[in-house]
Amino acid sequence: MAKEQVISDEARKEIEGLFHHLPHKQAACIDALKVVQKYNRWVSDEALQELAPILEMSAHQIDSVATFYNIIFRKPVGRHVVFLCNSVSCYIMGYEEIYKALKDKLKIDFGGTTPDDRFTFLPIPCLGTCDHAPAMLVGEDLYRDLKPEQLDEILAKYE
Amino acid sequence: MERPLTQHMKSDGTALSLKEYEASGGYEGLRKALKMTPLEVMNLVKDSKLRGRGGAGFPTGMKWSFVPMGEDAPKQKYIVANGDEMEPGTFKDRLLVELNPHMLIEGMIISAYAIGASMSYIFLRWAYHLGAKRIQVALDEAYQAGYLGKNIMGSGFDIDMDLHTSVGRYICGEETALLNALEGKRANPRNKPPFPQVSGLFGKPTIVNNVETYCNVPHILAKGAEWYLSLSQSEGGGGTKLYGASGRVKNPGVYELPLGITLRELVEVHAGGMQDGYKLRGILPGGASTDFLTPDHLDIKMDFEEVAKAGSRMGTGLIIVLDDKTCPIGMCLNLEQFFAQESCGWCTPCREGLPWTAKLLQGIEDGQGRPEDIDILSGQTRYMAPGNTFCALAPGAMEPLQSALKYFREDFEEHIHTHHCKYQHH
Repeated sequence: MAKEQVISDEARKEIEGLFHHLPHKQAACIDALKVVQKYNRWVSDEALQELAPILEMSAHQIDSVATFYNIIFRKPVGRHVVFLCNSVSCYIMGYEEIYKALKDKLKIDFGGTTPDDRFTFLPIPCLGTCDHAPAMLVGEDLYRDLKPEQLDEILAKYE
Repeated sequence: MERPLTQHMKSDGTALSLKEYEASGGYEGLRKALKMTPLEVMNLVKDSKLRGRGGAGFPTGMKWSFVPMGEDAPKQKYIVANGDEMEPGTFKDRLLVELNPHMLIEGMIISAYAIGASMSYIFLRWAYHLGAKRIQVALDEAYQAGYLGKNIMGSGFDIDMDLHTSVGRYICGEETALLNALEGKRANPRNKPPFPQVSGLFGKPTIVNNVETYCNVPHILAKGAEWYLSLSQSEGGGGTKLYGASGRVKNPGVYELPLGITLRELVEVHAGGMQDGYKLRGILPGGASTDFLTPDHLDIKMDFEEVAKAGSRMGTGLIIVLDDKTCPIGMCLNLEQFFAQESCGWCTPCREGLPWTAKLLQGIEDGQGRPEDIDILSGQTRYMAPGNTFCALAPGAMEPLQSALKYFREDFEEHIHTHHCKYQHH
């Protein structure tokens, strides 16, 4: 019996669309990983195996690229990723307080995913919004000038 | 005072559309450039004394002049915008790409014309989702209006442009690491030479400039080198600079000011001075990888020369302010943990030295430091000094530490002797 594909036909098509303008298929490796993640939320071992012939690379080569970059996830993540900035301006402006409050509310620490798969909690280097520290991203949404009492309302927006 | 980079930005936080950009004089610089020879454009940029705004301050026109030109030069050349703004405490390129993406695009087209490039990439950091959307809208508008594509504005010059959003890692800001990332590889830096101007993206001549650097180019073309030089208060370079401040100041933000204003004016006037109840203790003048300055340095000019003379670097020009209630060792620990995490792992001194440094600082901060740790830390700053590592990441990481050991030595000693951190915030 044929194994079920983890990279959908739609995602495969999108990856093949990346090749024009590029001198070789390997040059699309990072963008291809982004496509896989867009559809699957993370990049599994099976996805690497399926990507290999598409990119004309070995799965190990692709993995060496995937594991280099912190926004390519090689472990499952929840439906929403909370990225809390822990760099210097947020440190000065009191990110610790936000960190503790998020840890309490989500009941997980950095690297964890809530049991209902709703949130994954990760630290992130400087988000480039230091005049409004402390800051975090939830998915693609930026929240700035954070105060612990705002967190419930923010988290409630994400199912 | 003229503020060419920011004066037309809209206060409602939306981006200038193509029409609005054109109405503010946009694409006039390109129109002029296309009537000049590429060499004339390059020489004009040289005469303007535009210097790279990414941190190193290298003269932009000179950088371009290393690209092979003429009949024998490779046909394929590339222009790349470094929008991987990940230097902690830096948030100026975000403003440019979110509020006026056409200025970046126009600057890149002119630069491509000057070096004879037919393909260009905007490398934007992953976290700038809004910027990415707005750049994409602006690229579509520019293609539709004929500023990008084949035979732009009837000049016979072809130029394509694409947006690449990254997937993280600070090292992507190093220009050769950025090129590896654009090629789909791990972002380890490359050996130099060959420099990217000769052998860059896919082995072809490539110019990588910072976003803010490109944004200056249309204005230089439109209004000339003399005008551009008149904007600056610094001997060493022309134009305005996007300065900024974060930390416990009253008005943190980005401010476009003449290149070469004093640090005092930046801190006390534009950043509004310290918040009530906080005193100024130290300043990182241009991002996490610059040496601390102290209140004694407030009267130096914020330009490449004077900040260097004071023992630091202007870097990105966005200052991070250390107040008297925040522990300087805690701040150094935060910085070194960042650098340790972001080391690409390629060379041993950086891969091993930075985590060791962070661990020593953690021990001191937690009250478990030993007297000999201060000497070991200052040894680290020498082992990871420029020339001992493959790229500038670890030497940059040592800059705040070596200056903290100099200016805040009594804090290190007190932590070690009392086994305790006395600061409210540590």
